[in-house]
Amino acid sequence: MSLLEIANLGKRFGGVVAVDNCSLSVATGSITGLIGPNGSGKTTVFNLVTGFIPRDRGDVVFKAQSIAGLPPDQIYGLGIGRTFQLARIFPRLTTLENMLVPVRRAGWRALLSQRQWSHEQDRAMDMLESMDISQVAGTLGGALSYGQRKLLELAAVMMARPELVLLDEPAGGVNPVLLERIADHIRQLNAQGVTFLLVEHNMGFVMKLCDEVVVLHQGRVIASGNPRDVRANPAVLDAYLGA
Amino acid sequence: MTLVLEAAVLGILTGGVYALMASGLTLIFGVMRIINVGQGALVILGAYLSFVLFRTWHVDPFLSLIVTMPVMFALGVVLQLIFIRPLTTDREALSVLVTYAIALGIEGILGYIFSTNYVQLRAWYETASFAIVDFHITYVYVFGFLLCLAILGALFLMLYRTTFGAAIRATMLNRTAAQLIGIDVDRVAALAFGIGMATAAAGGVVFGITNAFNPGSHYDLISRLLTIIVLGGLGSLRGAVIAALIMLVTEDITAVVVSPVWASFAFFVILVAVLIVRPQGLFGLRVRDRI
Amino acid sequence: MNTVLRLPALKPAGLGLALAAALAVPLISDPGTASMAVFITMYVGLATAWNIMGGYTGYISLGHAAFFGFGAYTLGLFLVHLGIPAGYQPFLLVPVAGVLTALLAALIGWIALRTRAATFVIVTIAFMFMLQLLAENLVNLTGGGAGLGLPVPSWGGDFFAIPFYYAMLALAILGVTVSWVIRRSKFGLGLLAIRDDEDKALAVGVPTRAFKLAAFVISAALVGMIGGVYGYFITYIYPQFVVDPLIGISMVLMVFFGGLGTLSGPVLGAIVLEWSQLQFAYHFGASRLYLIFYAAVFLLVIRFLPQGVVPSIADLVARRRHGRAAGPPGPASDSAEPPTRIRPGLASP
Repeated sequence: MSLLEIANLGKRFGGVVAVDNCSLSVATGSITGLIGPNGSGKTTVFNLVTGFIPRDRGDVVFKAQSIAGLPPDQIYGLGIGRTFQLARIFPRLTTLENMLVPVRRAGWRALLSQRQWSHEQDRAMDMLESMDISQVAGTLGGALSYGQRKLLELAAVMMARPELVLLDEPAGGVNPVLLERIADHIRQLNAQGVTFLLVEHNMGFVMKLCDEVVVLHQGRVIASGNPRDVRANPAVLDAYLGA
Repeated sequence: MTLVLEAAVLGILTGGVYALMASGLTLIFGVMRIINVGQGALVILGAYLSFVLFRTWHVDPFLSLIVTMPVMFALGVVLQLIFIRPLTTDREALSVLVTYAIALGIEGILGYIFSTNYVQLRAWYETASFAIVDFHITYVYVFGFLLCLAILGALFLMLYRTTFGAAIRATMLNRTAAQLIGIDVDRVAALAFGIGMATAAAGGVVFGITNAFNPGSHYDLISRLLTIIVLGGLGSLRGAVIAALIMLVTEDITAVVVSPVWASFAFFVILVAVLIVRPQGLFGLRVRDRI
Repeated sequence: MNTVLRLPALKPAGLGLALAAALAVPLISDPGTASMAVFITMYVGLATAWNIMGGYTGYISLGHAAFFGFGAYTLGLFLVHLGIPAGYQPFLLVPVAGVLTALLAALIGWIALRTRAATFVIVTIAFMFMLQLLAENLVNLTGGGAGLGLPVPSWGGDFFAIPFYYAMLALAILGVTVSWVIRRSKFGLGLLAIRDDEDKALAVGVPTRAFKLAAFVISAALVGMIGGVYGYFITYIYPQFVVDPLIGISMVLMVFFGGLGTLSGPVLGAIVLEWSQLQFAYHFGASRLYLIFYAAVFLLVIRFLPQGVVPSIADLVARRRHGRAAGPPGPASDSAEPPTRIRPGLASP
């Protein structure tokens, strides 16, 4: 059964077709990789799914409900979290405060309730603990190392218990040791029932982690399936080699 | 009907002056992404400079531009170097305050020297008029319009026909990319600020002949100029020119059809309408640097 | 970085002392000082209210004088047109002025917050002048440029300023309390997140538009109530003196001086700057020379203390205490672990 269904999605920027009639689905409980050469439209797909840019056509269905046209905060509220390339966190908030920003259930009562607030702080500390960054809970985000930011961004997205998380280059700019840690965290969360869709250039990372891979080229899906088959697909090789 | 037509003609003529003043503002925004809240005060400063030259040596206001434009250009470069360039964090917010402070400083200094009494620039063309068919047009509006047209034309030529203009446009489009291809964006910014000030000087002369002004006149002026560049789309020179014409024509027609006291109000009504329908302005790109 | 202001024992004691001192001001002072105290507490309230929008969300409003003037006119018009006699009853109408200002702010905010920060600044300025123009043009309602005379309270002489002082003090305390509650809440954290990175905030579910609008409305309502008291205090209101751009920029300057987005910064900034301004006016007369003083303070603060006084001092003290360890956030290096283990908590200034 698929958790996320993207059907005939299309987007142009001026005369440039960024995403062209793109259809793909993400199975519940899977870790799906979205790969493709630079400029193939991967990040644009993320921005379309999460409501950051309006689509020209097509539909996005999450848990059998169309989410196309909804604003990003509502999409997050429905249970789709995302990270950004280069790890975006709030630099002038502490690590712990960064964890407490996410809002899943809006409504003023929830926002002002003291009990829920302290409960949330406990959960945030637990989450930081599990990511091994609880020692910097009181440090300002801007003073964290890049690796810590990556982990914090992932941890913060998880705060609101999303069912689907879109990761934009989780392995980008990360050293091999940390890479292994990030992969472990993703596996762990996946085992707890979180579905992942990730954009990544590090093929080793994708092959190791993903159950399913979708290849995008010039805004279109040119191949999909299990990692081994996709790697052997000649069309994919052509796309990467620029034929 | 004749009255309305006359108002429309007057609106176009004064619109040219506002287009000039607003073009400096929008240019500065485009290049540096800062809102120069001090532009109104600098226009008034330009008017006072011409006023001094006129009072002391009886220099014709238009002729005085030969002196005041370079002076204001230099002042702009200096202000940019001292107050704006050092801003590293939170530039957008801090620059608003810095330029507001500059405006207050200028208002204070002018008030100290000239008191808050209203003055006006005088010249023979201030009251003399000529007639076309039925309606009379004062020379100053035509001269002012032509002057603004000439300076705007020069500005456009510089932007689209020179290497420096290309550097400005590149910086407006993408600061980082411009830096990568070897453009000294700091230098471009300083010079653009200077150019903005020079246009303020020119605008100030025409404003000073057609209006009585005092050091506090900049508040009214800046709210109009800012409204114009929002309507035109921040950073769009073409937008600023068209918006200025739309605004002033509407204002002058409102003054005739409704009442002069409601004329300025038409300005704001248009602004509100545009913000509701098209928040990015007529020619603006949505200001959204990154997602 | 803000350890200095979080010493647990010192804080309630200091607050209590400050409150006692504030309450006692009229008892120990001459009438001149009492009326100065009205202005200072007024600006404490205004700067604190402005900070809820400008400081927390980073959306700079240069047009808050519109709400100030609107509050003054609302109260004034109620008194004049409903024939409410002078005395203490007009103070009961101050919350009504607040509610009406909130409605106006909701309308303006709905339009102005469709845009991002750059346009927002401009729109707030434009709305301020629009309101000033309305006050001038709706002669039948507001008296236009001739001004609007309010009923004058019968208590006169030395006592005159004192009820107004307590009214202003009550509003300032209300403002600080509201600001404190917001700063401690998830809502406040959302506002700070908007200031840091609005798109990222949106991505983690913060309903940014609703949050910004709420902050704007709360901020404006406080300013409107203060404007109401001010209008009653000066008893005669003119468009250009209540919808005064200088009042609008003063609150901004005070917040920047004290520390943008902090709780104590606006209070400190208002006390220091309004006191200096009153001294300035006293010694140099009503000349607009103080504009130059304002400009100079502004430029110096932004040049040398861009964070404002309170965070800069807090930084300094923290640095003394931890050696050089707990410096301001610098560019992060990839490998370095942060130097100190700071007690986990919310960085609340």
